[in-house]
Amino acid sequence: MEHYLSLFVASVFVENMALAFFLGMCTFLAVSKKVSSAFGLGIAVIVVLTITVPVNNLILTYLLGEGALVWTGIPGAENIDLTFLGYLSYIGVIAAIVQILEMFLDKYVPALYNALGVFLPLITVNCAILGATLFMSERNYNLGESVVYGLGAGFGWALAITALAGIREKLKYSDVPASLQGLGITFITVGLMSLGFMSFSGIQL
Amino acid sequence: MSTPTAKGVLTTPIFKNNPIALQILGICSALAVTSSMSVSLVMSLAVIFVTAFSNLFVSLIRNHIPSSIRIIVQMTIIASLVIVVDQILKAYAYEMSKQLSVFVGLIITNCIVMGRAEGFAMTNTPGLSFLDGVGNGLGYGFILMTVGFFRELLGSGSVFGFTVLQTVQDGGWYVPNGLLLLPPSAFFIIGLLIWVLRAINPEQVEENEFEMKSNTQPKEAV
Repeated sequence: MEHYLSLFVASVFVENMALAFFLGMCTFLAVSKKVSSAFGLGIAVIVVLTITVPVNNLILTYLLGEGALVWTGIPGAENIDLTFLGYLSYIGVIAAIVQILEMFLDKYVPALYNALGVFLPLITVNCAILGATLFMSERNYNLGESVVYGLGAGFGWALAITALAGIREKLKYSDVPASLQGLGITFITVGLMSLGFMSFSGIQL
Repeated sequence: MSTPTAKGVLTTPIFKNNPIALQILGICSALAVTSSMSVSLVMSLAVIFVTAFSNLFVSLIRNHIPSSIRIIVQMTIIASLVIVVDQILKAYAYEMSKQLSVFVGLIITNCIVMGRAEGFAMTNTPGLSFLDGVGNGLGYGFILMTVGFFRELLGSGSVFGFTVLQTVQDGGWYVPNGLLLLPPSAFFIIGLLIWVLRAINPEQVEENEFEMKSNTQPKEAV
């Protein structure tokens, strides 16, 4: 239990997807103009990450990894290593899950579906999703760890984008040099936030 | 847009219409790999390769892709190319591929690759698309190398691993700025770089949505 808690805290603060690894930056910068839409996207990312990371973990463990196909009983299965197909299958799984989630929400939870709106399809190309999966496979997490890691990574990302949107809403009224307007000042803001998050590094629970 | 020329598609993405500085594309996988120049160089080459060839292949089969599944087709082409890059790196530059870790895989979701396949290659001839891919890859590489240059020079006093500024630890005079080896510095450098690029090309400046009226006195505003 303690191990999971420490993994969760580490993935939210210490290894924050957006501020420590720069993942999901495109949407992070593009959709952070208003707190409400940033929050919606954040929730969508949490949901998708919590589902896709464990599913990709199962795919890696039972289909792609070295000797993963032993359960099929095919002779010589313990020598099969399909890890190189990883990228192709992960991105396929992510696209498919986002699509299924969209249909499911549309049918059963229309309120949430309307709230998330255009953000759901955008998530397929969000690097944070693929990034979390790749980190999971690189660090050899088991199923339980990957659930916690997915949840934590999504939570950290949502926290970061909501915070940035809050800052940007205040920043509207400040007098920024013309050439730094918009994107430039946002980069510097994110840099300062990232610097703040660095103070969490080294925390052990 | 008028008919694109070979020279135009190759050079405009580097300064005039830079994918990172102007279109905010592909920053995702870019920043974490710029702490030294050799890593940035490998990453740039990988991206140039993937953008150029994904553009070429998408453009070759553009008349046969049903538009409803085009995104999946593009994704498959891009993911296969990234697998090729990853396998080559693992075979011939294992140390480098360890350093780049997940960021090679993240080229798949790099919006530049996808954006060019969707926005340019679907409507243009293979030759031009290939050049467009190279051009955009170069634009990406240009930013990456610039950021890498400053981070490595000021952070560890070297360029491509060769010592330029002798650091204090080695008995020299330069006290390295450790901040530049940490992730946040990449944001500052890109922010400043955008400032410089936009000061040179004022037409790229974004419009201020909340401009103060020119005759407002500062004390009235408070």
